[in-house]
Amino acid sequence: MIYRETGNFVTDYMRDREIFPMKFDKIMVVLGLLFLYLYVPTTSEYMLSAHVIPILAVGLAVVGLNILTGITGQLSLGSAGFMCVGAFGTFNLMLRLPEWLMSLPVALMISGIFAGLVGVIFGLPAIRIKGFYLLVSTLAAQYFVWWFFNSFTYFINYEASGVVAVPPKMYDYWGIGNFLGIDMQGYSPRYILALTIVIGLTYFAKNLLRSTTGRNFMSVRDRDIAASVMGISVPKTKLLAFFISCFYCGVAGGMYSFLYIGNVDLMIYEVDRSFTILFMLIIGGLGSISGSWLGAIFVYEFPILFTWVGDVIFGGAFNTAVVENVSNMVYGVFIIALLIREPGGFAALWATTKQKLRMWPYPH
Amino acid sequence: MSKSLLKINNIEVVYNHVILALRGVTLDVEEGSIVSLLGANGSGKTTTLKACSNLVNAERGAVTKGSIEYDGKDIAKQDPFKLVKDGVVQVLEGRHCFTHLTVEENIMTGSFIREDPKQAKQDLERVYDHFERIRIRKKSLAGFISGGEQQMVAMGRALMSRPKLILLDEPSMGLAPQLVEEIFAIVKNLNKEGVSFLVAEQNAMVALKYADEGYLIENGRVILKGKAKDLLERPDVKEMYLGVGEEGQTSFRDIKYYHRRKPAFT
Amino acid sequence: MGFDWVYLIEVLLGGLMSGVMYSLVAIGFVLIYKSSGIFNFAQGTMLLFASLTFVKMTENGIDFWTALFIAAGVMVIFGVAIERYMMRPLANQDLLALFMATVGLATFQEGFSQFIWDSDIHGLQMNKFLDLQLLDSAPIFVVEHIPWLDILLPKFDIFASLVAGSLIVVLAFFFQKTKTGLSLRAVSDDHMAAMAVGIPLQTVWAIVWAVTGIIALVAGLLWAERVSVSFTLIEAVMKALPVILIGGLTSIPGAIIGGLVIGVGEKLGEIYLGDAMGGQGIELWFAYFMALMFLVFRPQGMFGEKFIERV
Repeated sequence: MIYRETGNFVTDYMRDREIFPMKFDKIMVVLGLLFLYLYVPTTSEYMLSAHVIPILAVGLAVVGLNILTGITGQLSLGSAGFMCVGAFGTFNLMLRLPEWLMSLPVALMISGIFAGLVGVIFGLPAIRIKGFYLLVSTLAAQYFVWWFFNSFTYFINYEASGVVAVPPKMYDYWGIGNFLGIDMQGYSPRYILALTIVIGLTYFAKNLLRSTTGRNFMSVRDRDIAASVMGISVPKTKLLAFFISCFYCGVAGGMYSFLYIGNVDLMIYEVDRSFTILFMLIIGGLGSISGSWLGAIFVYEFPILFTWVGDVIFGGAFNTAVVENVSNMVYGVFIIALLIREPGGFAALWATTKQKLRMWPYPH
Repeated sequence: MSKSLLKINNIEVVYNHVILALRGVTLDVEEGSIVSLLGANGSGKTTTLKACSNLVNAERGAVTKGSIEYDGKDIAKQDPFKLVKDGVVQVLEGRHCFTHLTVEENIMTGSFIREDPKQAKQDLERVYDHFERIRIRKKSLAGFISGGEQQMVAMGRALMSRPKLILLDEPSMGLAPQLVEEIFAIVKNLNKEGVSFLVAEQNAMVALKYADEGYLIENGRVILKGKAKDLLERPDVKEMYLGVGEEGQTSFRDIKYYHRRKPAFT
Repeated sequence: MGFDWVYLIEVLLGGLMSGVMYSLVAIGFVLIYKSSGIFNFAQGTMLLFASLTFVKMTENGIDFWTALFIAAGVMVIFGVAIERYMMRPLANQDLLALFMATVGLATFQEGFSQFIWDSDIHGLQMNKFLDLQLLDSAPIFVVEHIPWLDILLPKFDIFASLVAGSLIVVLAFFFQKTKTGLSLRAVSDDHMAAMAVGIPLQTVWAIVWAVTGIIALVAGLLWAERVSVSFTLIEAVMKALPVILIGGLTSIPGAIIGGLVIGVGEKLGEIYLGDAMGGQGIELWFAYFMALMFLVFRPQGMFGEKFIERV
């Protein structure tokens, strides 16, 4: 037994509050970081561009939605809209501001703040509206944002096709490319940037949950009236949750457009994507950050895997429409089955497994 | 010795495949008696009742061992609504009134299994006779009435199915002592009309006062059973559950716990 | 030149009619919500599945009434299956998980209906089958007794409103006056308590899903008559969403009123506000904005049940 939860003794409060209290965890984190930073960039271009980077971007949006829906309990179907704000914000910041002032990482963060502010505006009704009724506000955000960027072509630089490819020079920030002699548009540097942002923000989210703010979020989710009786300002908490969540979505949107696809395209931020993100969240498990990542990986990879398996077995005997329909059917059934087996998603499944392992070899 | 109505034989209940809530509960409810099930928070009272009414399934639990017999038939796999039809009905802990229905509508939901609408009307009157307090509130929404009234609505709702056995879960929760007495007095009245009761309670004093028999449950096991009167007399029960020691105050160190052995890894 | 009143009234009537169409979808939604507290996202795909089943049968030469009957039967079987394999194991679970399960159901149904039938666009002309003059799509003049008001109103729209209206009367009666209706309302409040008092959740849900399937068939046929049968029908659900939220998730009359409000508001907005907003297609979000405005003043919708909370 390498992994033991017992025998961890602490002698002061600082150590008691550590995010990774166990030695084993610390070692694993360091090894994991080394793996992600040193090994993964050397894998194939295809691996990075088709699997790793999109999962990083979408997963970040799921973490953002988790803060709003899973932790603060405000149901949202506007994630893609907020991602859209992030993508267009980044593009316009890079385009309009001089090069010495704006660089990609900074633009991503600032457009995240834009998205957060948009989120706060559409979060205002949440002060009065609760539950499923709140869907209307976030869907309004989704549709409004989409329409807005669709109607005012200024924001895509009057491109008639509605799609703008990201100019290569936008990738070259702080002259790093020149300094190191790397092509910054390549997928490895893109991946490194995405990974750094994701690790930073995931760490922030994880810590947020352990802070007073995070506990306020959760108390608003569990019983908002009781929370207000405890002296927590419910409107303030909800709006803060909207801001943080939409900030994450905004950054994720910027990453998705700039680091993954390489062009700014409105079509990928339609309402379907909001649903996909909510899917990922619920399959992963509400309220759990690691669950969000599991959900994102699963939902993203499932159709790819399914098509691949179908290809291997049937060797393209069916046309794509059939494959897509069957994939939809299997996917739908799988989701229902998973929810029946474990309504709490992967995170709850994992918790149960852990509990079982602790009890092992006794059944309970 | 009258005949036994409900017989729980050494049941084990596991929630979510890992959490063992009951590890051997055996009890017996005789026809026409009031049996109270006493124990601290989390000792397994509610789970026992839900195992009888088969509502544990809805909470991702399952009866993994033992048997439950009602009227000589095994009911461990019976649907809740069929049980109600056979005469076993549960009043849930924390009332669970349908908040958006009026008091009268709430009570009428209990008559779903009754075919004859006229009879339902009669039963409704009977419920109001027992619970005079809620007669005047019959048009108000159940969400707006007081806790005691909600308890009465919940019990009245259960009565509508003309049960032979009511599983009553913590009727005293959050109520004033006076109301608790009132509720138990009604329980006693109903008992005289032939309804048997299995009551889970924390308020041991009141529960034993009105009951015929009592069971003490701790950590998912029955640790003591006996006539309610005898239990009231026992010094250890007095100390643990009634809060009065033999000679006034007792040190908590000396209180006898009923763990036969240490519970397995929890 | 003065204000074009006739045009305004025409717009209003047009709005009312599209409102009726929204309401038809909304009713199915409300029915499920009212009887189980579940936000049924699969309503749109139910519409698609029902009308696709019907259309494919008529295309294969089965006559109207037989096809209608079979399609209704298929929807009933589907409803019972949904209860058996999805709702029953999920009873008493978190409502969000149930909502997600219906999204899963929608995904399944989308694939399923296009898998067994096809994903082509089908036209549907009901008057081809039914020799009802009522269904004649040619516009007629209403309010003919006011000679200076020439307003065009297709007969079909009147027919659709009649169907919607009668559905609502029947359902409202069912919920308020019958024993089953009462038990359904109880179930939506508290699954556990409903089971405890002896309401057979499974039977009740099977009935509700079957009825919803039939409503989806009716709504699907009427929608299909207007916009043809294709997967765009799924989007009807997004149109119906603000409608039920305005009307209140639990109110069947609310679904109608909400539909009318949205239908009219959308048309008026498009025509009188569209240019001022600098772009076309504001109907995309306008309905949601209207719903939002409504909800800020009445968080439970127009006729929805009040939130009752105790701490």
